[in-house]
Formats: sequence, C-alpha cells, structure tokens
Amino acid sequence: MLRMALVFFLSLFLVAPLAAQDTQTPTAPDRSATGGAQTLEDILARQRGEPVDDAFRKNNTGDPDAAAGIAAQLGTLGGASDPEVWRALRYGSADVTVSAGGEVASVLMQDGGMRWLEFRRGPLPKWGGWLLLGTLGLLLLFFLLRGRIRVDEPMTGRTVTRFKAAERFGHWLLAGSFVILGITGIVVLFGRLFIAPYLGKEVNAVLLDWSKWVHNNVAWAFILGLIMVFVMWVAHNLPSRTDITWLRQFGGIVGKAHPPAKKFNAGQKFIFWSVILLGGSIAISGLSLLFPFEMPLFAKTFSVLNQIGIPGWFGMDPLPTALAPQEEMQLAQLWHAIVAFVLMAIVLAHIYIGSVGMEGAFDAMGTGEVDEAWAHQHHSLWLDEVKDPDAKAPEGATPAE
Amino acid sequence: MKAMFVGFAAVVVIAIAANILLNRAGFSSQDVHSGPAVRLDG
Repeated sequence: MLRMALVFFLSLFLVAPLAAQDTQTPTAPDRSATGGAQTLEDILARQRGEPVDDAFRKNNTGDPDAAAGIAAQLGTLGGASDPEVWRALRYGSADVTVSAGGEVASVLMQDGGMRWLEFRRGPLPKWGGWLLLGTLGLLLLFFLLRGRIRVDEPMTGRTVTRFKAAERFGHWLLAGSFVILGITGIVVLFGRLFIAPYLGKEVNAVLLDWSKWVHNNVAWAFILGLIMVFVMWVAHNLPSRTDITWLRQFGGIVGKAHPPAKKFNAGQKFIFWSVILLGGSIAISGLSLLFPFEMPLFAKTFSVLNQIGIPGWFGMDPLPTALAPQEEMQLAQLWHAIVAFVLMAIVLAHIYIGSVGMEGAFDAMGTGEVDEAWAHQHHSLWLDEVKDPDAKAPEGATPAE
Repeated sequence: MKAMFVGFAAVVVIAIAANILLNRAGFSSQDVHSGPAVRLDG
C-alpha cells in the first residue's frame, strides 16, 4: 500500500512539469513590424531552444499577393532591378541611409577617387620633381655664370642692425618649419616611388608614419611663423616707386648696377608675397586636410569662380559644385601639393641668394648685423633711414654706385 | 645666431605641444572617426 502511494506521488511530480509546459505553448507574436518576416523574438526563442512555429515562413512561398507593397519598407524592387541599384551606387545617386558616419559614409563608390589617384601617382610627382630639380639646376648654372655677388666696396667694420631678434625668430620659425614640412611632404609623396623599391617597404612605412606625424604637427609652427612674418613685415613690403627702378636694373643680380632699395627690394617683396599668399593657401588647404571633411573648400570656390565666369575664359565648362566629401579632400591634397611645389621652388632661390649666392646676406638673418658697406650696396635708402631716422629719403633717389 | 636656434627649438616645442593638446581635446583620428564598437589598439 505504501509502495502504491509512493508511485502515485512520484507520478504527480513527473507529470506536473509536463502539464505546466503545456500551458506555456508559444502564442504567435505580432510580426506586423517586420511585414510578416521573423522577428527578433522568433530568433531569440529559437536560440533558447524553445519550439517555434515556423509555419509563417515555411508556407509563405509562391504567393505574390503575400509580398509587401512596392512602396513598403520591405517591398520588392517592383519595376527596378538589382543592376539599377548597383548603378545608382556606382554613380552616387542611390538613396543611401547610414546609421553612423554621416554624409561621408553614405558614399559607397566615389568616381573621382581614381582621377585623384592617377594624378597623385603620375603627373604630380613627375612635374613637381622636375620643377624642384630644374630650379636647382638653374641656380647651379646661375652660380657658375655669375658667381657669388660680392660687396664692391671694402667692408667698413661698422655694422647696423638689419633684423631684430623677434624678426629673426619669426623668420627661422617659418623657415625651419617650412624645410621640415617640405622634406616630410616629399617623403610622403615620393616614398613609394623612390624609397620603397630601394630601401624596402618596411623602411618606407616607418618613414611615412614619422613624416605624417611631423608634417601634421609642425604645421602649427609654420602657421604661427607665417602670421608673425606677415604682421612684422607687411608695411615694408607694400609696392613703391623704387621697385620700378630696382626691376629695371634687374636688381643688380644681372649686371653691375646696385639699385637703391628700402628695407626690402622688389625681389624680396616678391618672395614675401609668394610666401604669404602661397604659404597662406597651403596653410588653409592643410587645415582642411588636418580636419577631414570639416572644412570643405572647393565646392564653394568653384561656385564663386563659375559666377565670375573664369572657366569660360579658358573655354572650359563650369567647374563642378556638387562634390563628394572625399572629392573635397582629394582636391585639397592636390592643391596643397601643387602650391607647395611652386613655393618650394621660389624658396630654393631665396635660400640660394641668402647663403652662397650673396656675400654678407646670411649675416642679416644670422646675427642680425650687417656691414654698412653691404647695407649701402643693397639697401641704400634703408641705410640712410637707419642712420638718420629724421631724414626721409626721396622716392626717386639715384642709384647707389 | 641665437634667434635662429630658438626659432628651430620653438618648431619642436610647438609640434609636441600641438600633438598633446589636439589629442587631449579629442581631435585624434581615432576619436573623430571611430566609435566605442571599434577596437583599434591591440
């Protein structure tokens, strides 16, 4: 009797959970949000090992009327085909929605990228490289023909202060950073062409990594130096009538004449404005590259150029004003490099004339002190002003011979 | 020549300071173009 009772109770314990399970039979979830397709809950239930009634999927075949409407979120493509979608992606006209990354991430294929790549690895290093080598060649030729420009009169031993410490600091801040930026920029552009094949890709990769870091961070010193130099010297670099005399006599670079000049002669003014305008443009395009996609420059610039009608002057179609964010960056990179090549060529000539090309020129920016004989030969009007600040030199002064 | 060397030194100091400041201000590429769901280190 006791055994019978035990069996009865055991049976109750065993059957009770089964009965309880029967009461947990899953009810069909609401699948309206997915248009009848399986929901997250269906997937989770399957992963938990719970029975899922998949009749809603299994039987949902072969009935066109069961499909979502064309305009519905999960509708079929209707009259459009898959290739049309891919074509729209290819040409940037697809209606792409992204959850992160903004406008940049919505561009899946960017046509202009290939044009940029081809130009960056072909014409840009080729013509840029030849420009620099050609400039160096011309300077060497000029040195061989003209030799070092000497001070004609004997040195007096008396010096005048040509540049104060703050001026020299600003100059060398700008010059030092520009040389570093130039070298690292060249490594970035030419590394794959001239370093990787000879020293290996690993060496090139390390140099590239370092160059990028240095280039990005030294840029701020360049911008600061540019502002300092502009503020300190702009007043001395405004065009004046003495520039015409100076240019007529080729600045004494060709021939034996020594045309009068104030603090800066026309040649130096050309260097100054080249550095300010080209350097400023390099700085702005560089900032656009330092903060990618934050400072697009070219769509707006092209729009202004189109409004003026400049492309038409050269028989060109209007420039594109609808640019992908990536294309803005590509154009900024090309502009940055092209203008930098031009400025590097100009600065090479400046470095030449300020060092080996002219006797006594380096002292002006080295110690800041120049011999009066040098000052009289190259900047006679400025020397007069320094020696007698009250007397103003006449604009059309005769050349100092 | 002192101004020249001070100028060169300033280039180095400004570069290091710019790097530290911009990274701290959240301007590193990692901070700007990545998110918590992306693991870039290690």
